[in-house]
Amino acid sequence: MHTAGGKSHDRAVIALENVRKTYVMGSTEVHALAGVSIAFHPGDFWAIMGPSGSGKSTMLNILGCLDRVSSGTYILEGNDVSKMEDDALSEVRLTHLGFIFQSFNLIPQLTVRRNIELPLYYLGWEPERSGARAVELAGMVGLDGRLDHRPTELSGGQMQRVAIARALANDPRILLADEPTGNLDTATGAQILEVLSQLNREGKTIVMVTHESDVASHARRCLHMRDGCIERIEEN
Amino acid sequence: MARSRIIRNILLGIENLLLHKLRTFLTMLGVVFGVGSVVAMLSVGEGASQEALDQIRKIGSNNILVNSIKAVEDVTSSSTRVNMSIYGLTYEDQRRIEETFSGIKQTVPVKLIRKECRIGERALELRVVGTLPAWFELLQRDVVAGRVLTDSDVQSLAGVVVLTEYGARRLLAAENTIGRTLRVGSSYFEIVGIVRSEGGLAGNIQMPDEQIDAYIPITVARERFGDIATMRSAGGYSREMVELHQLIVEADSMDNVESVAKGIEAMLARFHKKEDYRVSVPLALLRQAEATKRTFNIVLGSIAAISLLVGGIGIMNIMLASVTERTREIGVRRAIGAKRRQIISQFLIETIVLSTVGGLIGIALGMFIPWLITYFAGMPTIVTLKSVLLSVGISIAVGVVFGLYPAVRAAKVDPIVALRHE
Repeated sequence: MHTAGGKSHDRAVIALENVRKTYVMGSTEVHALAGVSIAFHPGDFWAIMGPSGSGKSTMLNILGCLDRVSSGTYILEGNDVSKMEDDALSEVRLTHLGFIFQSFNLIPQLTVRRNIELPLYYLGWEPERSGARAVELAGMVGLDGRLDHRPTELSGGQMQRVAIARALANDPRILLADEPTGNLDTATGAQILEVLSQLNREGKTIVMVTHESDVASHARRCLHMRDGCIERIEEN
Repeated sequence: MARSRIIRNILLGIENLLLHKLRTFLTMLGVVFGVGSVVAMLSVGEGASQEALDQIRKIGSNNILVNSIKAVEDVTSSSTRVNMSIYGLTYEDQRRIEETFSGIKQTVPVKLIRKECRIGERALELRVVGTLPAWFELLQRDVVAGRVLTDSDVQSLAGVVVLTEYGARRLLAAENTIGRTLRVGSSYFEIVGIVRSEGGLAGNIQMPDEQIDAYIPITVARERFGDIATMRSAGGYSREMVELHQLIVEADSMDNVESVAKGIEAMLARFHKKEDYRVSVPLALLRQAEATKRTFNIVLGSIAAISLLVGGIGIMNIMLASVTERTREIGVRRAIGAKRRQIISQFLIETIVLSTVGGLIGIALGMFIPWLITYFAGMPTIVTLKSVLLSVGISIAVGVVFGLYPAVRAAKVDPIVALRHE
């Protein structure tokens, strides 16, 4: 197994080494990430903060294998994903990661059950097995009895719970959350954060992007970004 | 495992299509009418040509028909002092044809006389056909009862007659006709058999038989009725002298039919001053009918293909709209871990389901339309298995061809952009 150097990377589930992401817009180059090196360890709960344009979204896209680095290396659970092809990246997302979005991103025409089963469908699980898994997950996030509803029939908090259940379906070690409370009121947001904290206590590594320091305070560590670089790291 | 997965994907596709029932239905209509018109047009074409082919085959594709016709000059001169027209084929012609051509198996002479016939009180004008036993062999009409003419009938000048089934029924309802006496004009014949008959036109050739014929030995026809026929016409009486009204020439093989026919035509042209004969070749007609059928199918097929093309474009249009509408869904699926080809197959399966179901409905429609045509217009139609299979194949192909581009577009969606798509 290859490690990206430094002792601090040995146990890391996520290790970025001098990662750059450059977009060409017209004739100018935009450095969304200008050489980021950091390691996230198993069981960590990170918040990534920063003003808009600081590179935190790009960071999350890179971490989520939705985008590729321009240079540098990204080791995810021991696999170098920096040079992977599209299909291989899809496979990594399918087997290693769970996503939680600000706007939930449930598929409206599918029932709650089907939404939760979606990753299992791509994993090729048999319908009976994935159905049972969906019931189990719904229980875990407090959605009993809602399995046959459509997303539009649910409240925001419930929709985010469905999204969390979906993110957990493939049993990933890492959860990536993009402003998970952004579309929720404070009370509901707090509940969702409690669910995430609970998952973290159960061993999931969580990386959450947010711009609210209240929300970030739920994480154990906070990574502040500015102009594509790490500004500082705070421990809560 | 793989099969159950395909079935599952198809079910998911159907489920998705059912979410927009009206849109799915309208999208499908293009294929429904496209495939429907393919099946319907092919069946009408098939039916029309099949009818012609059947008729022509009933004359016999090895046969050549040589008919006596009244030459044009004779028709005009009949009103003048000349009240006897002499035309047509002669026994001499028959002998010459038989002797000259090597590709001939046999020739059958036919004399036609219109006479009023009676059984008891029942009277009916029949076409009396004087011919040889070989006539029945050549045309292969079923014997319904009794027997057909024999060589000994011909040699012994037997006064026997064979009726058609239709004619027998017209003359004598349900009673058994065999053995009864038929009066033809002023002479008497014994009914020895009943055959089925065809009648009508095949292409533009008159069938050698009519629905109500009475077949007698040619020798008897010649002896009792002579070669001269007297007819009542507007200006009084007109008389015609015709030795043979028809000559059926059977070639020994299909390859010889056309060359023999040409030879006969050339020979008759040499010995007849006027063109008082016509040579018809069913085989040539058969070929012509087949060529017509091919042209017909190509034309109809092109029209149907255009409607299918329009249907396909309709599907592509809707699927492209659907891809745009579902950009976010595609983004989510990709983020979760769907590979590009899985997105492609998802959308492709939807279009194939759409076009195949449309195709099946189209086939039902395409089978119903010919039924209506047959029912109301009396035109024969044939829905062949070939055209049905062709249509199923075409509709699946339409789904693949017109679904591929939208599906590839869907797979090219960048998940990051798609997830932000409103």
